[in-house]
Amino acid sequence: MDIKIQIRQLSVSYNGTPALRSITLDIYKNCITGFMGPAGSGKSTLITLINRMIDFEEGVRYDGEIRIDGINVLDPAVDVVALRRRIGMVFAVPLPLPRSIFDNIAYGPRLKGITNMTDLYAIVEDSLKKAFLFDEVKDRLMTSAMKLSGGQQQRLCLARTLALQPDIILLDEPCSGLDPISTAKIEEALSELKKDYTIILVSNNTKQIARTSDYAAFFYMGELIEFGETPRIFTNPSQKKTEDYIQGKFG
Amino acid sequence: MPKNRAVLIDQIIKQTMRICAFSSLFFLFLIFLFILIEGLPLFYRVGVGNIIAGFKWAPTKGAFGIFPMIVSSFLVTIGALILGAPLGLACAVYLAEYAGKKKKLFLKPALELLAGIPSVVYGFLGVIYIVPLIRTYCGGSGFSLLAAAIVLGVMILPTVISISYDALMSVPRTYREGSLAMGATKWQTTYRVVIPAASSGILASFILGMGRAIGETMAVIMVAGNALRIPGSILDPLRTLTSNIALELAYASGDHRLGLFSTGVVLLIIIMILNYLANFVIRQKVIK
Repeated sequence: MDIKIQIRQLSVSYNGTPALRSITLDIYKNCITGFMGPAGSGKSTLITLINRMIDFEEGVRYDGEIRIDGINVLDPAVDVVALRRRIGMVFAVPLPLPRSIFDNIAYGPRLKGITNMTDLYAIVEDSLKKAFLFDEVKDRLMTSAMKLSGGQQQRLCLARTLALQPDIILLDEPCSGLDPISTAKIEEALSELKKDYTIILVSNNTKQIARTSDYAAFFYMGELIEFGETPRIFTNPSQKKTEDYIQGKFG
Repeated sequence: MPKNRAVLIDQIIKQTMRICAFSSLFFLFLIFLFILIEGLPLFYRVGVGNIIAGFKWAPTKGAFGIFPMIVSSFLVTIGALILGAPLGLACAVYLAEYAGKKKKLFLKPALELLAGIPSVVYGFLGVIYIVPLIRTYCGGSGFSLLAAAIVLGVMILPTVISISYDALMSVPRTYREGSLAMGATKWQTTYRVVIPAASSGILASFILGMGRAIGETMAVIMVAGNALRIPGSILDPLRTLTSNIALELAYASGDHRLGLFSTGVVLLIIIMILNYLANFVIRQKVIK
């Protein structure tokens, strides 16, 4: 299995308070890697470093390396705009822009300079199909994205990300506000998508990690407690903390 | 303290607050009442058309046409908007999107100070610096539409900036994050997402800026030249509705005085329309 992302001795602090302590971790290509851990464990911080969204926070210091295909993305010389086009991100709260479904998905491609309507339509249709949303919205692509249900909005956000043709997709608790049926649809889409993408799924829901991921990492208080293949982590964790968390003894 | 007494005090305070709150409404009502009582009779006697569309203002000879002043008021206001709106919007965007905490710390109070400077000071600086500059480089007397527009353009900045800034800041942070995460640059995010999302508030800031400009008196009197005609170019002098009242009220009597009140009625209606428009565009957004 190829390694897509290598994280090496990564430490992060917010205004002097450590958020991640010397994390070393490999993310494998075409797999879903689940990050779990209680609030404040640093799992969300880690994914905002991978696409450098952390640059918009104030008072952040980081140290160490994140290598994607061998290139350190924490290097100040990295073109962060190009980086973010390669790495899609879906947030906890669905955030469609206040415009039509079509325009939401065409937003990224248009930023890249694609203006031909035929090309744009092809991208929009393809992205919506991959996010399992096309059949539900194909008759109303020009209506406002704000009118979709929460679950549909989240799949729209996934489609919008796919329209950028990234190779990595980061999902930050994408189902935290969704009902079980919408959650199942997202999970279904993810297990199809991993054939073409490398996926990192951050979730508070250990069951979701167990269901969907191939590898799982457990974070606690800024430290990586345990990492391994998901079935092993859930059936035979080597750390007491991991076991307690999975069993719901704390969190 | 017994419970009844606490409840009583609570009631008294509530009622007192209510009276204070409604007193502003009462003052507004009084202002309307007096302006209408004094201003309306002349409309009946002379005719609405002869006042609003009349070209000749000679109140001692029975001519009360204020059309040139209405046009002048609008020209000055539009001129102020052309200069002040882009500058104000740019400033608000900088404050909301780009300025760090430290820069905000001195920019915001500076803007509040700009709003607090008395209009006579703006007028004074206009007479001393802007009028001679226009006279030297553009020709004419310098007292002109252009001078008034420049001075008013600066005066409406605080209104435009503070309301636009609030509108920009009320755009959810999540819109920005969504756009940035899709590989948009800061500027692409600002003009494709943030400004459109704040557009109703920005438009309202322009309208309220217009209200400020159309109502301004002192600074305009000092730099506009106050000639009684429709200006043919931006270098011609003009007289606005507010200037007309302020300039002549001191010596007006009889019908002349009523004529000034009629000017006030027209002004009041224009301001009401602008305020209604501002509220309307703000509400538009909420419904959506």
